[in-house]
Amino acid sequence: MKVAVIKYNAGNVQSVLYALERLGADAILTDDLETISKADKVIFPGQGEASTAMRYLKGKKLDKLIPELKQPFFGVCLGQQLLCEYSEENDTACLGVFPVKVKRFIPENPATFKVPHVGWNNIFDTKSPLLRGLDNSSFVYYVHSYYCELSEYTIATTNYIQDFAALMHKDNFYAMQAHPEKSGMVGERILKNFLELK
Amino acid sequence: MDIKDGRTVKGVNFIQLRDAGDPVELAKIYSDEGADELVFLDITATVDKRKTLAELVTKVAKSINIPFTVGGGISTVEDVKVLLNAGADKISINSAAVKHPEVINEMALEFGSQCIVVAIDTRNVDGIDFVHTHGGRIPTLLKTQGWAREVCERGAGEILLTSMDHDGTKSGFANEITSEISSMLSIPVIASGGAGNMKHFKDVFTFGKADAALAASIFHFKEIPIPNLKAYLAAEEVAIRI
Repeated sequence: MKVAVIKYNAGNVQSVLYALERLGADAILTDDLETISKADKVIFPGQGEASTAMRYLKGKKLDKLIPELKQPFFGVCLGQQLLCEYSEENDTACLGVFPVKVKRFIPENPATFKVPHVGWNNIFDTKSPLLRGLDNSSFVYYVHSYYCELSEYTIATTNYIQDFAALMHKDNFYAMQAHPEKSGMVGERILKNFLELK
Repeated sequence: MDIKDGRTVKGVNFIQLRDAGDPVELAKIYSDEGADELVFLDITATVDKRKTLAELVTKVAKSINIPFTVGGGISTVEDVKVLLNAGADKISINSAAVKHPEVINEMALEFGSQCIVVAIDTRNVDGIDFVHTHGGRIPTLLKTQGWAREVCERGAGEILLTSMDHDGTKSGFANEITSEISSMLSIPVIASGGAGNMKHFKDVFTFGKADAALAASIFHFKEIPIPNLKAYLAAEEVAIRI
């Protein structure tokens, strides 16, 4: 099984590759359209800024390819946000796989609820094959200032300032705001579940 | 973990170093035991330090699945790029930020605030908190509170606040200054220096209003096992990952 990890100008890609290596997956970092199309699984990692990332994706024609892919696809962190239709981060039109908006956290009390949301938090209402074997309220690791709104595609929620979409699923597209590659055994299980999806 | 020539070391008040083991092995143990995050601070003074630090970062990133921060002698955007590419999640800067505060802006702009930690070493001198640099050896004229506000405004994503009055003493964290800075800022503050028993952690999360707490020697020398500490904090109703 071949896993394509989409290469773009995002940080933290190396950690995703190491996590896949620990799981024994045959992963390749690539922005080649054909390699991505032919892969059995695709992971779209991320950490960065939405408009810069979208520019890069357009430059490589990945903005056209990604929504058309049919194999299991996993967007992580900024990868989740870019799969949505719009991000408030620099007023950016995104890939539109999920008809969902990405909003900035606005805390009422900035000293209590700090932005970015950095650290471990629980995921609730876990109801997806991607979350098989996990307890409701498992902890995952977050680093983000923007979040995906709740929608019919939400498959797990986290509460920080308000409830937001911790994970989403639509057709072959899965997405997660937290970093599975940094979420200890829970994250490892989520990645393993993704690799085992049919 | 303080790293010197590839080994984990621990000192008292930033001096008197003792060997505490192989950093990659320790990292794996702590990660398996439930540590939420690790910090590596390279205190090696040799010229090829940069290369060895990047190599260490790669080894750590390959072996653990929790976030980690790397610091020690980082001064340029290029230094940061090398370490992030090697697999570090965050970098921490200290002396370089004091010397050229604009590097905080440059690094935050280039890589995002979420991976830029500014470490502040503070010492109370006659009732006033002053920033110290170079591993705590050199005093500056910067007041800690003002500097903390400035680094936040310049784009730091977190502050790692080490009280040199408390570091290595095991007498508890510096709750007063930690609380003051944490309440004043909209970014997380990690308290460091002084952990000696489990109650010290509870105190720094309650009185100290810390967003996270860092400790070294009590873990390195197995005085407090991480699972016991977390079970205690959970029982004391501190929100924590078990």
